[in-house]
Amino acid sequence: MTSVNEADTTSSTHGVPERVGTPVRGAGGRGMTTTHHEPYTGEIPVRRITLWQKIVRDRTFIIMTIPAVVLIIVFNYIPMIGNIGAFQDYNPYGGVTGSPWVGFENFLDVLTSASFANALKNTLLITLFSLLFYFPVPIFLAVLMNSILSTKVRTVVQSVIYLPHFFSWVLVITIFQQFVGGASPLSQWMIRNGEGPLQIMTNPDSFIALVTTQAIWKDAGWGMIIFLAAISTVNPSLYEAAVVDGAGKMRRLWHITLPALRPVIILLLILRLGDSLNVGFEQMYLQRDAVGSGASDVLDTFVYFEGIQYSKWGFALAAGLMKGIVALLLVLGANNLAHRMGEAGVYQKAG
Amino acid sequence: MSVELSEAARGPQKVFTPPEIAVLPIDHRIDGLPNQRRHRNPNRPVWEESPSTWGLIGKFLILTVVVGIVAIPMWGIVVTSLSDAKTVQDSGGLVLLPKGITFASYVQLLSGGVVAKAAWVSVIVTVTGTVIATTVSALAAYGLSKPGTALHRPILFLFIITMFFSAGLIPTYLWISSLGLRNSLWALILPTCVSAFNLLIMRNFFMGIDTGIIEAARIDGASEWRILFSIVMPMSKAVTAVIALFYGVGFWNAFFNAVLYIDDSSKWPLQMVLRQYVLQGQSIPGVDFTVAQGEMNTVSLKMAIMVLAVLPILVVYPFVQRHFTKGVIFGAIKG
Repeated sequence: MTSVNEADTTSSTHGVPERVGTPVRGAGGRGMTTTHHEPYTGEIPVRRITLWQKIVRDRTFIIMTIPAVVLIIVFNYIPMIGNIGAFQDYNPYGGVTGSPWVGFENFLDVLTSASFANALKNTLLITLFSLLFYFPVPIFLAVLMNSILSTKVRTVVQSVIYLPHFFSWVLVITIFQQFVGGASPLSQWMIRNGEGPLQIMTNPDSFIALVTTQAIWKDAGWGMIIFLAAISTVNPSLYEAAVVDGAGKMRRLWHITLPALRPVIILLLILRLGDSLNVGFEQMYLQRDAVGSGASDVLDTFVYFEGIQYSKWGFALAAGLMKGIVALLLVLGANNLAHRMGEAGVYQKAG
Repeated sequence: MSVELSEAARGPQKVFTPPEIAVLPIDHRIDGLPNQRRHRNPNRPVWEESPSTWGLIGKFLILTVVVGIVAIPMWGIVVTSLSDAKTVQDSGGLVLLPKGITFASYVQLLSGGVVAKAAWVSVIVTVTGTVIATTVSALAAYGLSKPGTALHRPILFLFIITMFFSAGLIPTYLWISSLGLRNSLWALILPTCVSAFNLLIMRNFFMGIDTGIIEAARIDGASEWRILFSIVMPMSKAVTAVIALFYGVGFWNAFFNAVLYIDDSSKWPLQMVLRQYVLQGQSIPGVDFTVAQGEMNTVSLKMAIMVLAVLPILVVYPFVQRHFTKGVIFGAIKG
């Protein structure tokens, strides 16, 4: 009960929360406060309870989150400790405690490695390509779809073009291989006509175009869904007023539809920029044999092959950690940029 | 006299026709070209001009191409997988017109051997994973749906941070290996069991449920568990279906975790088999090729594996697809 006394003595000097803040155990349950012998100060007493009492009060909610929290700590947070190995000549048998420290040596090795530079170059090029050629496709599709009046046609088209989003990369690449690969019927037909086999799937020079095409085939339809949702929130009377003022189709698209899409476009651009260093890991991994590492190596596959295939653990850990940190900075930077442009961004500052 | 007649004729028409058609007489008065406007699409807003012929043709062409690019390969794969050897031979490897339909490829694949085994592994992983992941996410989403409860913000941040920073491939690989999960199907399930993104979608949906209903139940003495299972979950069937689909598709398509953790080829999921025997073109062990040569083409066999690799998605998709409403997806992004 000492806490009560403490609270009472501090009450006259400090503000409201301290004064009425302390409950009496056993005196009428949680949250009951000892205000009866307080001098009246003209302020409304604020009922305050300690964190522990809050935890007891809300225990059911906390218990509900425990399975997910445990899973995420075990599989997302504990592995983060392993990144310490980036500063070591790491070997899995010694672990973090048994491997010799080498400071920043691994990082220097990574930064001076030519294959890392190649992987970084490929990663950034693929991101650039996808921003230029993939990004506008869902917007275009959404505007087109929105102009279709028949709900039946819309439903059919949407159902069909959302579907590949749910295919695995293995399947998508297999489909491409079966249809435009060297052994495909199309290629066979071209050989018979003296055109040589199709080399779309194996030509390193055009690999970046192939990769972007595959991404468009798989995900552009699905990407449309969010733009469609944004378009559907536009107040139709805006269009009506614009028509009355003599605006044609293009004018309405430019001055009403696209501005309505602006927040979503910026949001997705930020997410994409923040995600610049993640480019279809499985997609690249699966096609590495066909086109070679020169064209297909991206940061993630680089880390995988250096670490797990060639056992250069410290080196791969350093590369992976650098990638993770730069990716984080990119997200934060892109979000900051969005705030400055007056957009909501991915997350908002509290308060 | 004639005016009276036409009005009498128009009277009941007005009652039984949708309002768009009631616009007709006004158009008639304004531009005096009733025939031009008669076939107006009732879905078209009044203010919108009719499309030009070229515009319509252009739209039709683009839509046909877009749908064709997705649908024709799918169709070709399904039909070829169902065609007999002669049909496949005649067509040069891709059958588009169904002729000589046979289920021989599927019988061959599913009657045992590596593909049937892999399909079974995939089913086990997907069902177990989806049930665990959806349950765990729904629980956590409800636990986090009341801002102001104890530890609400720290726990929420614990999840959000994982969307921006991950431990990385190598540390995760080393840790999961050291947990002894190598060659265990749990390695395909547990690490991807909680997606912060899916969790936040559910949380957002739960937060949108009318608090009056929940308060009423609470006053009636329902525990939070009871509220979650008897009130919140039944009201959230749509979002749960979509989240379960997202998780399910993730588990079914899981490929790289199998590359990392499953060395034992008897525990390979279907995607690994698809890659090994179709993409890389290795010959499938356990397939009786004397039968294969007679009744079906190996191309059909490959196409049948591709169909199997997507079949559960095709089966579930139509039921969940109508729930991909703007609410579920857009709500998540807005929050």
